[in-house]
Amino acid sequence: MAEVTNQELIQQLTEKFGGKIIGITEPYGLLTFETTKDVIIDVLAFLKQNTLASFNFLTDITAVHYPEKKHGIAVVYHLHSMVNRIRVRVKVFIDEHHPEIPTATPLWNAANWMERETYDLFGVKFEGHPDLRRILNMDDLGVHPMLKQYPLEDPNRVDKKDEYFGR
Amino acid sequence: MNQPVYTDNDPQNELVTLNLGPTHPATHGVFQNVIQLDGERIVSGVSTIGYIHRAFEKIAEHRPFYQITPLTDRLNYCSSPINNMGWHMTVEKLLGIEMPKRVDYLRVIIMELARISDHIICNTIIAQDTGATTTFLYLFQFREHIYEIYEEICGARLTTNVGRIGGFERDFNEIAFAKINKFLKEFPVALREFESLLNRNRIFIDRTAKVAAVSAEQALDYGWTGPLLRSAGVDYDVRVSDPYSSYGDFDFEVPVGTSGDIYDRYLVRNEEMWQSVRLIEQALEKIKHEPAGIFHADVPEFYLPAKEEVYNNMEALIYHFKIVMGEIDAPKAEVYHSVEGGNGELGFYLINDGGRTPYRLHFRRPSFINYQMFAPMSKGMLLSDAIINMSSMNIIAGELDA
Repeated sequence: MAEVTNQELIQQLTEKFGGKIIGITEPYGLLTFETTKDVIIDVLAFLKQNTLASFNFLTDITAVHYPEKKHGIAVVYHLHSMVNRIRVRVKVFIDEHHPEIPTATPLWNAANWMERETYDLFGVKFEGHPDLRRILNMDDLGVHPMLKQYPLEDPNRVDKKDEYFGR
Repeated sequence: MNQPVYTDNDPQNELVTLNLGPTHPATHGVFQNVIQLDGERIVSGVSTIGYIHRAFEKIAEHRPFYQITPLTDRLNYCSSPINNMGWHMTVEKLLGIEMPKRVDYLRVIIMELARISDHIICNTIIAQDTGATTTFLYLFQFREHIYEIYEEICGARLTTNVGRIGGFERDFNEIAFAKINKFLKEFPVALREFESLLNRNRIFIDRTAKVAAVSAEQALDYGWTGPLLRSAGVDYDVRVSDPYSSYGDFDFEVPVGTSGDIYDRYLVRNEEMWQSVRLIEQALEKIKHEPAGIFHADVPEFYLPAKEEVYNNMEALIYHFKIVMGEIDAPKAEVYHSVEGGNGELGFYLINDGGRTPYRLHFRRPSFINYQMFAPMSKGMLLSDAIINMSSMNIIAGELDA
C-alpha cells in the first residue's frame, strides 16, 4: 500500500466538506481536526469509505469537558486505517447544556458501548442510539461524574482539599 | 441450527430467565449476564457491567503522572507490566524522551513475560472449562514462575507498578536474569506438553472448533483487537503496525487464525506464547551487546531519582520535589499511544494542559470493547458453549470496568 500523508487527507477532506473542517493540527503526527455535529456522521462515513485510506476501524469514542469554552464538550473519535497504518482524530465541540450528537452505531457496532460509556460519564446524548443507558455507573446516579464540576473527594472533608493535590 | 417450533399455549414455550453472575464460578470474574433460556439454548442475553468500576479516569485527573502507574496495574491485572509500560511510554511520547536501547530491551522482556502470563491464564481456563483440569494445573505453575521473576525485578507480584517514566527504578539483578533463563529452559517443554494434551484432543476440539465463530468483518465492526481479531484472520498487531519500544528490531511472527472460533483463539494464543519466548531470547541476546548497567534514560527532570540521591544531592532533591508535586515541564498537548496488551490494543489518550495532573486521561480498554459482542453472539448458542466463549474472550473484569 502506498503511503498516505496527512496532507493528502486534509486536501481531500477540505475539498469534500469545505469550511466544516476546521482546527487542523498534527500533534505527534496524528492528524486531528474539528468538525460540526451536523456533518460528523458524513465525515466518519466518508473516512470509512475513503479511497485514499479506508479508516474502517473505530478505535475509540470518548469526550472531554472544557467548562470555560462556549461549546464545552468535545466528543473525540479515533479512527484507524489498519491497511495504511494511519490514524485520525476527529473532534466535535457541542454545547454542554444541550449535549446532543448523532450516533455512530449505524457505521460501527463497536460504537454502541463506547457511546454508552460517554453518555454515562459525560451526559452526551447520542441521537438514534439503540440502547442509550448508563453502563458503568448505577442507573439512579443522577449526575455524569466526569464533568469537571464534580469533585473527586467528598467536599466536606477539610484535610484533603483539591488545591493541595493539583487540580 | 434448527429451532423447535412451538404453538402459543404450549407449556414448553416458556423461557427460563437465568442470572449468570455477577459472581458465578464459571465466569472467572465479576460479570453479570441476564439470559433467556429455551432449554439449554440461549434466546437472548443482556450484559450488565460496572460492578467494579473505580472511576480511574476521574482519579487520574487528580494525580501527577507518576502516580497514575498504579492505576494502570489494576486494569488488566493479568498482565500489569504491559499496562505500566504502556503508560510510561505514553508520557515519554508526550515529553519526547528517547529510551536507551537497553531499557527498551528490558521492557520487551517484561512485557513479553506478561503476555505469556496473560495467555497462560486464558488458555488454561479454556481447558479447565472444557473439563481438562490437569492441563490447567500443569501450565498454571509457570505463571507462578513469571510472578517470581516480577518479584525479583520490582518486588511485587500481581499489581507490579514496575518501571518509571524514563526507565526502570532499578536494574534487573543477577537472580532475575537467572530466573528468566531458567524459565526459558523449562517453559517450552511444558508448553509443548500442554499443546500435545489439547491440540489434537478429540473432546477439546469437539467443544471448541466451530463454536462462536466470528468473521473478520464482524470482528472489525465490533472493534475487536488482539488475539481475538487475529483468530478471525486479520493480522493486526500493534507491535508490528506501530512498533513501540524497539519491537521493530526483533524478528517474530504474528499468528493468525481463519475462522475466529474458540479453537482458533486458543491456537493463536499458544503460538503467541512461542513467539514471546523467541522475543525474550532475542532481547537477552541483544542486551549483551549494550553497555551494562543502564536502566533509565538520562532525563533527571522527569525520572524520579533514587531515595539516597534525594537525601544527599541538591539537584535530585529539587527534581524529586518537582516530580512528586506534578510540576514537571510537560508540553501542553494531546497524545494517543497504544500498546499490544494481553487481549488487544490498549490505548492511552492523554490531554495535558500544563497543570499538575492530566487534564483528561482516557483508557481504550480492549476488554471493554471486545466484550460488547458477547451478548449478541450468544444468541442461539448453548449455555455451556457461551461459558467457554466467555473464557476464550479473555475478558478481565478490572479492565472491563476501569
